[in-house]
Amino acid sequence: MDYGGRGLVELLPAEAGVPAAERHANRFVTGTEQQTQFELVMMPHLDAAYNLARWLAGNDHDAKDIAQEAFLRALRFFDGYHGGNSRSWLLTIVRNTAFSWLKKNRPAAIVSIPDETLEKVEAPAGSDSVASKADASVVRAALESLPTEFREALVLRELEGFSYKEIAEVADVPVGTVMSRLARGRRLLQEYFQKKGET
Amino acid sequence: MNCAEIQPLLNAWFDGELDAVRAVDVERHITGCPTCAGAKRSLESLRAALRRSNLQYRAPDSLRDSIQRSVAAAGASASGVSNEKATSTDPAAASVAPSPRGEGRGEGDRDVRQSETPSPRPRPRSSGWLWKFLTFGATAFAAVVFFLRFGAISEREQLATEIVTAHVRSLMVEHLTDVASSDQHTVKPWFEGKLDFAPGVKDLTAQGFPLLGGRLDFLHGRPVAALIYRRNKHLINAFVWPAGETRDPSAKQKFLRGYSLINREINGLDYCLISDLNSTELGELAELLAK
Repeated sequence: MDYGGRGLVELLPAEAGVPAAERHANRFVTGTEQQTQFELVMMPHLDAAYNLARWLAGNDHDAKDIAQEAFLRALRFFDGYHGGNSRSWLLTIVRNTAFSWLKKNRPAAIVSIPDETLEKVEAPAGSDSVASKADASVVRAALESLPTEFREALVLRELEGFSYKEIAEVADVPVGTVMSRLARGRRLLQEYFQKKGET
Repeated sequence: MNCAEIQPLLNAWFDGELDAVRAVDVERHITGCPTCAGAKRSLESLRAALRRSNLQYRAPDSLRDSIQRSVAAAGASASGVSNEKATSTDPAAASVAPSPRGEGRGEGDRDVRQSETPSPRPRPRSSGWLWKFLTFGATAFAAVVFFLRFGAISEREQLATEIVTAHVRSLMVEHLTDVASSDQHTVKPWFEGKLDFAPGVKDLTAQGFPLLGGRLDFLHGRPVAALIYRRNKHLINAFVWPAGETRDPSAKQKFLRGYSLINREINGLDYCLISDLNSTELGELAELLAK
């Protein structure tokens, strides 16, 4: 995972930042060549794809179905991938597949969060010791308890090391919304630990 | 700047997503403000809790296999279709049922089609059905061969390709090291608890191969250690995993897409060195690691 070290990154969504080396021409190729390219470019992201699906679906069985379907969709749309960030390209598809699945099977899991961007970004909670005492099962339960959008942002940021811009691409929201979802998600986690600590 | 201005920026600053000017503002404020310093520590301990709790799910092997199978199947059928398009412009070639109107429409139709879309290979006009049958058969056969060949691509080919990909990716995504240090006593313990084996880490600066650091990587369905060395301007990834799991007994050395790869078993661990460095010097590093 790669946190920090990236130094200066603007909060504005920028067009730049596509590594030239990752661009490749996938036109004029036969099915088998395309398949090889797909495997080279997309298969390395399988763990990240499954991890996101797993955290969104909440169980192994459905996560596998979602990841499998997402990869088939990705293969079908691979013609439309013209280089760029392959990880966020693939995870966008995983995310959309997962959300379609959630809408159908767990409509309650998707609650709309009104006017997030306009809302003031919340300050982090003060106490620094609560989280450090929580053991792994509590941390897992805390993350599971978050609303889907906050959980998604935190999984991409903290577990996959995605930048704000990448999260914005995957979740199809402005960068400002990513920032506010992370801040609120972290706040909710801290409150969860605080409550656990008191009982 | 006061707390009210700083606090909305704190998360972005903490994530390294703030521009340099405001980042400096935030840092300056934190050093003088116990409240915001506390908030920062709180974010740190939250991140530490998330990182140490092993929250990442790895894709099960069964999923990996089934995706790989469906990708291979799709690739094979796609190449079958494209071959068919290239050799036969007549969609009826693949149909088994004869037209109810019989042979009457056949010749004329085919002539029109041929003049519209010239076929790369001239087809004999007579015995058309036989030719179609053979073309279809050959295409289907080619598709099957393709499919089988892909299924049978040996594990070591796949592993070598994976290693090249991992190497290229490590250079591409600014993610060369998880732990950047030339000190073997920093790099080696870093792997502890992250792997089910202990990779031997040596600093070889004196021998002209400075150690840059270590990284966790994932090859062939298992976590592996990657040690990063440098020789002049060439970067070297040394992937390490327990010997005997994924052996490549055929080749100690190979070249793939312009990279040299060297395999070597050292103390029960498989080392695969990869670099754009020439294979002689890469071999030197393998020797030094084996000592």
